[in-house]
Amino acid sequence: MVAEKDSLYKERFDGRQFKELRPIKTAVGIVPSADGSAMFETGGTRAIAVVRGPRTLHPQHMQDSQTGILRVTYGMMPFSVWDRIRPGPNRRSEELSKVCEWALGSIVDLAAFPNSVVDVFIQIPQADAGTRVAGLNAAAMALADAGVPMKEMISAIAVGKCDKTLIVDMDKSEEDFHEGEGPTDIPVAVTSRNKNIALLQLDGKISVDELSEVIGMAKVACGEVLKVQMKTLKERTGELQDG
Amino acid sequence: MAEERKIVIPGETIVSGSNYLPSDGTYRDGDDVVAKIYGIVSVLENQVKVIPLSGTYFARRGNTIIGTIVDITMNGWLIDFGGPNRAFLSLNEVPRYINKNELRDFLDYGDSIIAKVWDTKGRSIDVSIKMRGFGKVEGGMFMDVNPNKVPRIIGKEGSMVRLIRDSTGCNITVGQNGRIWLKGSDIDNEIKVRKIINYIVDNSVSVGLTEKTEEFIKNLGFTVNKTNLEQPVEEVTGESISSDEDN
Repeated sequence: MVAEKDSLYKERFDGRQFKELRPIKTAVGIVPSADGSAMFETGGTRAIAVVRGPRTLHPQHMQDSQTGILRVTYGMMPFSVWDRIRPGPNRRSEELSKVCEWALGSIVDLAAFPNSVVDVFIQIPQADAGTRVAGLNAAAMALADAGVPMKEMISAIAVGKCDKTLIVDMDKSEEDFHEGEGPTDIPVAVTSRNKNIALLQLDGKISVDELSEVIGMAKVACGEVLKVQMKTLKERTGELQDG
Repeated sequence: MAEERKIVIPGETIVSGSNYLPSDGTYRDGDDVVAKIYGIVSVLENQVKVIPLSGTYFARRGNTIIGTIVDITMNGWLIDFGGPNRAFLSLNEVPRYINKNELRDFLDYGDSIIAKVWDTKGRSIDVSIKMRGFGKVEGGMFMDVNPNKVPRIIGKEGSMVRLIRDSTGCNITVGQNGRIWLKGSDIDNEIKVRKIINYIVDNSVSVGLTEKTEEFIKNLGFTVNKTNLEQPVEEVTGESISSDEDN
């Protein structure tokens, strides 16, 4: 998209195109003792996800005799930002754990593991905006790596708006753009097969027309993320075949 | 099926067409057969399945498992075998009569047993040790491997496990849950066998695995003994071989 003529954000701070993603780096199997693990990095944001389970769920009253359940824990490391984040759960991390749990819960199929739990731990060692989407991308790869049955994969991206300009994969400097209409952050998670929206949040102000455009942009960007996720998972086994 | 090994990720279409049957690790979506887990595709006739590369052990009827007693109930024992749930060994499934008050005398907490899965339909996984070769194990060494690599360790009709046993003289029992019991002449022997098994696990996806393993066994100072290869294995290892072989 070309920046609207009257928008105050005409050129991105890091020189990217408006629809361009930050460079992505991925890795699978980074925690050998876990059942599955993955790392997903976009620009200055890095997320690692570790999967443990399926295993027996305690406390017992949380068990579901019909199906296994998914439990997601999101957390930022104290040193992930320039000043310090107080360790431990807080209002924000509890919310993000919950929304990530709902997003991932829509794709996993744990009917074969009654009374069990699959634990997903998402940690952010380095943050530069878009941590929940990076976390979701890592978690999807880690779940696949753990051999958890899933209907499809999930890819996520944060689309933003700086003044009147829509941008894909916004970073921290863009999140702090306070001129004109100010910044708007819209994390979107899209499933790989049916292209359903598994997560959609909005922080800021946006018109209905712009929002549908945002979702269109997010679906295109998620397609690019998915390609990277697939490539990483497929090449992991390729490495094993050589060794 | 020995053609090219295609790796799929969940949500990826494997084949299209209504004549294909979705099997393990797949589901049908309209006309497509779609992968549900991350693994290697196997198409036999028209049956499509995905062989997992990772994941916890999923008990099946007829499997041999090695587990530990973790709890004793009124009428049996609960066994941890590394899966998401525990297995249950009923008093009726042991070879002799045991008084309900003397369960601990027969199998105590922490004891390891080799057992056969005979029912997974009910609420729990039921195991039995009535048959010959099953029951409490003492001495030797245990090792845990990724349960998805067990078919590689067993080999085609037990060829791999027989190769190791005949070359090293060490008794090997492979539980399909990924736990292996080794009982050799001495601890050095068992450690060497553990090295061989770890070698197989690390190289499980490479071609010519049997030849490579033979080479590895020779390097450890054993002579590869192939004389007994024609004979079927008649002990417990034989049980684990017959069931559920993936290739």
